[in-house]
Amino acid sequence: MRMPVRFIAAGFASAALVSFIQGFAPPPDGPETVRIAHASVAYREPGDFLRDGAPVNGPRREIRADTPFEIMKRQVTRGEYDSCVAGGGCRALDGGGDADLPAVGASFVDAMRYAAWLSGTTGALYRLPTDREWAIAAGTRFRDDAYTEVSDPKNPSKRWLALYDAEAAGEEAVDPTPRPAGAFGANERGLLDMAGNVWEWTSTCFVRHRTDSLTGAASEHENCGIRVAEGRHRAYLPTFIRDPKAGACSVGLPPANLGIRLVREERSGLDGLRNFLGF
Amino acid sequence: MITRRTALIGTAVAAVAAAAPALAQEQLAAAAAGTASADGLPHVKAKLVAPPAVMAHEQVATGGPKVVEFTMTIHEKQIVVDDEGTTFQAMTFDGSMPGPTMVVHEGDYLQLTLVNPDTNTMPHNIDFHAATGALGGAKLTFINPGEQATLRFKATRAGVFVYHCAPEGMVPWHVVSGMSGTVMVLPRGGLKDAEGRPLRYDRAYTIGEFDLYIPRDEDGNYKTYESPGDAYADTIEVMRRLIPTHVVFNGAKGALTGDNAMTAKVGETVLFIHSQANRDTRPHLIGGHGDWVWEAGKFANPPERDLETWFVRGGSAGAALYTFRQPGIYAYVNHNLIEAAELGATAHVKVEGEWNDDLMTQISGPAPIAV
Ligand SMILES: [Cu+2]
Repeated sequence: MRMPVRFIAAGFASAALVSFIQGFAPPPDGPETVRIAHASVAYREPGDFLRDGAPVNGPRREIRADTPFEIMKRQVTRGEYDSCVAGGGCRALDGGGDADLPAVGASFVDAMRYAAWLSGTTGALYRLPTDREWAIAAGTRFRDDAYTEVSDPKNPSKRWLALYDAEAAGEEAVDPTPRPAGAFGANERGLLDMAGNVWEWTSTCFVRHRTDSLTGAASEHENCGIRVAEGRHRAYLPTFIRDPKAGACSVGLPPANLGIRLVREERSGLDGLRNFLGF
Repeated sequence: MITRRTALIGTAVAAVAAAAPALAQEQLAAAAAGTASADGLPHVKAKLVAPPAVMAHEQVATGGPKVVEFTMTIHEKQIVVDDEGTTFQAMTFDGSMPGPTMVVHEGDYLQLTLVNPDTNTMPHNIDFHAATGALGGAKLTFINPGEQATLRFKATRAGVFVYHCAPEGMVPWHVVSGMSGTVMVLPRGGLKDAEGRPLRYDRAYTIGEFDLYIPRDEDGNYKTYESPGDAYADTIEVMRRLIPTHVVFNGAKGALTGDNAMTAKVGETVLFIHSQANRDTRPHLIGGHGDWVWEAGKFANPPERDLETWFVRGGSAGAALYTFRQPGIYAYVNHNLIEAAELGATAHVKVEGEWNDDLMTQISGPAPIAV
């Protein structure tokens, strides 16, 4: 089944709403998903945290899936992505790629278009996971991105030097050549290739948090031109970036590749729509 | 292929900078001890002006060191860079290419509030080549749309210095999109020749040279984009070939010619400040000279005399002082003449005054060859 869909948020939203109201069920031949329920993970809030103007680590706490969600078992393949291109829903990726291998070189914008197209063609609602959902799904493969506790408001260089050393001692460079689904194994939830060599876009915006220890005042500033991508480490990237090698991580090597794994909404109605639209 | 080296160039530079000069260590120690000597100094607010003009300033400082406060707002905007109407997604300090020239004296403190309005799409920051530490301040000024930051640094070295945007991972793109300008730190006693005699100028102009890399479509026509982000991928491809499509002064071909030409009078001394944040260039005043030239732009070094062309290294600013002796139209060019004539790097100076026959006389005009 194919529905005509305009690939702008409002146009798609109304199409999606229609599909809910009409009660379309996901077709049995949609991409295989894994249902995540009753799962939890020790989660570090993403973004920048400034205490009295000095960078510090964000809070870390146990989070759990309050409502179950379904997430693709494997990453979107190049062949699947190219069907979206052929269907007029996606922009062609740069360079060639084996149809069976994961799609790489996708920007956040590309990922959003793919999700809209897939939703339109299947009648189910697909969207990017939030960073929290990704972390819960990743489980033991989720990596804390606090590399040092050092923070000296009087000498900012101490943190820069500590981060530099942490990175030097950190992860190994990963071969960026795309590998078949499953090459990086399954995690304890049965998801393939989480934290392999393809980072995955999330819908979570970059946020800067400020707190003043004297007054207790706190403020947040969100920048949705930058989104969180998750993989072997957390990365913050502008939404238009397809090739991440220029390096956008606060620490560590840049992501090897940028790809897509989507959540399929279980619930119909406004909750799902709100999640999809990111309200 | 991704290498650790490319990924870490920024932090590597930071580590080296932090480890190197004793001066910086002392200042860091003083700052850490809360003994920054800017405390109690008078604050003055500077009024920036768009290039090629330079803000009003004293050539010889009166009084002791001050804290000079500046505010710059970053504007992302579409501009037209040539006569053919080629559009360009520019990113600018305070709306101009180059950004305004900030003038202080050695020993002053430069305090900048950098504003990134929420109408912008990109994070930005500023790396002052005149400053010491934190990647020139870039680490301490990284702001998203809707944010601002204020940085203060001590102007410890006299000269003209480039400043530019330097967001991690995107430095060259922001720089060749327009985000550079010049800080001029004058010696407190003003400019001097090698013998210590004062050098003065009647007016100053600031020229920012930009190499632009504008993508074309399959038919060879320049492409138009909605936003800097839309232009990013194509632009990087053109940049990596290292052949600019345009080389322009002050943001556009013709920005300093015709109605916008610089002006001077015979007998006046003009200071030409020339910055290029990315790529080498070689300013030349056709029909004139550089009487006194700080080719590398740093005033503790004696100026060179009587230069025909001077070399400005990519990532630096140079300064040339010239007293006009003859009226007419002068071309001020990048003396790679292909870049001057074909790619846009030409400015003009209109000079009024009396002709000096002693310096030049036409003995006989064009005529048939005498047999
Ligand atoms: Cu910038």
